[in-house]
Amino acid sequence: MGSTLYQKIVDAHLVDSLGEDLVLYIDRHLIHEVTTPQAFAGLNEKNRKVRRPDLTFGTMDHSISTRSLAIDACGPQNALQLKTLAANCAQHGIELYPMGHKNQGIVHVIGPQLGLIQPGMTVVCGDSHTATHGAFGALAFGIGTSQVEHVLATQTLKQSRAKSMLVKVDGKLGLGVTAKDIILAIIGKIGHAGATGHVIEYAGSAIRDLSMEQRMTICNMSIEAGAKAGLIAPDEKTFAYIEGKEHAPKGEKWQQALAYWKTLYSDDDAVFDTVVNLVAEDIVPQVTWGTNPGQVIGVNDSVPSPDDFDDPIVKASASKALKYMALEPGQKLTDVAISHVFIGSCTNSRIEDLRAAAAIAKHGKVKPSVTAIVVPGSVAVKAQAEQEELDKIFIEAGFEWRLPGCSMCLGMNDDVLQEGDRCASTSNRNFEGRQGRGARTHLVSPEMAAAAAISGTFADVRRFGA
Amino acid sequence: MAAINILTGRAAPLDQANIDTDQIIPKQFLTGVTRTGYGKHLFHDWRYLDTNESVLNPDFSLNHEQYQGANILLTRENFGCGSSREHAPWALADYGFKAIIAVSYADIFYGNCINNQLLPVALSSEQVDQIFAILQQDSNTEIMIDLPAQTVTVSGRVFPFEIAAHHKENLLKGLDAIGQTLELERKIADFEATRQIWL
Repeated sequence: MGSTLYQKIVDAHLVDSLGEDLVLYIDRHLIHEVTTPQAFAGLNEKNRKVRRPDLTFGTMDHSISTRSLAIDACGPQNALQLKTLAANCAQHGIELYPMGHKNQGIVHVIGPQLGLIQPGMTVVCGDSHTATHGAFGALAFGIGTSQVEHVLATQTLKQSRAKSMLVKVDGKLGLGVTAKDIILAIIGKIGHAGATGHVIEYAGSAIRDLSMEQRMTICNMSIEAGAKAGLIAPDEKTFAYIEGKEHAPKGEKWQQALAYWKTLYSDDDAVFDTVVNLVAEDIVPQVTWGTNPGQVIGVNDSVPSPDDFDDPIVKASASKALKYMALEPGQKLTDVAISHVFIGSCTNSRIEDLRAAAAIAKHGKVKPSVTAIVVPGSVAVKAQAEQEELDKIFIEAGFEWRLPGCSMCLGMNDDVLQEGDRCASTSNRNFEGRQGRGARTHLVSPEMAAAAAISGTFADVRRFGA
Repeated sequence: MAAINILTGRAAPLDQANIDTDQIIPKQFLTGVTRTGYGKHLFHDWRYLDTNESVLNPDFSLNHEQYQGANILLTRENFGCGSSREHAPWALADYGFKAIIAVSYADIFYGNCINNQLLPVALSSEQVDQIFAILQQDSNTEIMIDLPAQTVTVSGRVFPFEIAAHHKENLLKGLDAIGQTLELERKIADFEATRQIWL
């Protein structure tokens, strides 16, 4: 029996196994201000060192302002956290990209952008969207703060073997249908906890056809189906994306790396615990209607009724979600007015996302009743967008053009919605209160978010010839 | 950390599936730099009617008088889904919970509980239904969780539960996971010597 890609990466990182616990070596540890202060404090208490500061990279992203580079722009608590990160990185010799640095940005945007993420690596970060990096055929997963401390001290992590799930998407995507719609459709099909305990490998012709940035969008939301990680086997697109980047192998090392990377795929006779198939042609632009990412429908479908579900738990969840979201069964989302649009987050803030949103924004003006913000994923993405004059398109259409950061995806800064606000958001979570207490979040693609901004309601982006 | 062995107490019911870590502890409380003080913000949006945490929501079960002092949380499927924030188990533990009984847990949250000596017990949907029903009859019902025996005893009914051997050992001994791994220094160093040259 052959091996899955997941098994190959695990086997190549096995330091030891203690019973069911595998001790895995970690190639890249990305850190940010929110989930690390307690980890460093734990190290310092016990007088422990960071084993491999050279494999650890820090950025400021979660609790920063998108209007000002000042570290205290969002109050003293946020500032303390940011200063603590800077002090910890300085003390332990860790490279940090602070406010104003050319490499600063959302942790899952800058990692790939700098060539830090390469096929076959193990990558961890105290953030559940670390699975983003699986787009490179790296085993990447989110960890808690105690585990951050463990990795800092030992450069290893204890893990149990995960089950494996193959999600195959074959066929050609229709016009206006994006990677975001694929992943939302997958989560809608398998459910919000459908992949718990599993590592998902995404495959099939529709996945192969995606660009690297689109693949990152897919892997990013693996956690929203409960998966530990999401993976896509590397191919020529992967290698071309990495080549020449700051941290990419060079010269002879590049050749050796490439030869190894080409061995990173699931063997034909590898066995997966679960297999899920989707047909690309069946996927339409998606909009979530509920309070978890699995509560999703096609843009032209009607909001479901709790009675549509047999399982009493699912029924109760739907009922509670409809109440929170102030939606009625049978309602069309294209009739539902929005108050806000957020284009950004580690899911959808890369240059291709901004290009796609700008192409729709050109078709009109943001409705006066809507506040729309665009938050690029990194300083580099922002600079690239400005070079292409995408900022001008957005500003001309009535969008606000902000500084990079996590922003309204979770609202740890001042980009917070108010009770009753309704937001078309390109982020990854529509949980109750995620973007603000009592605020209602609908997850969509960047194109759909732009279409909603200029329509004032959810709108089928295909109407704009996208 | 304090070891867990046999735990007895009362449970507070939270009858809902898919409770995410944003509900357990919302983002505005993640700006701390210590592991303590999160208990008062636990389930903030549901527990309080105002953002200043001065008005309790009388409809929220944890606010009901009969559940004050409960040290076990009873809930349903996929508890702790979403964000990896370890502030979630910190808040639950700081509030006074020593164990959770649920149908299932999200992976990262489960690991975070183990690392904080908060015992996550998984029982079947039917068993959890039974405990909800027993609590409805008598909120004072004593629940005993015997970790060495891997059983939950409620009103004379005994429900066995599964837990990975290494998780069980960590909880029973309150081990320092980092200290254990540091003892593998030789193996880690040997592994490092074999890493690919481009890494």
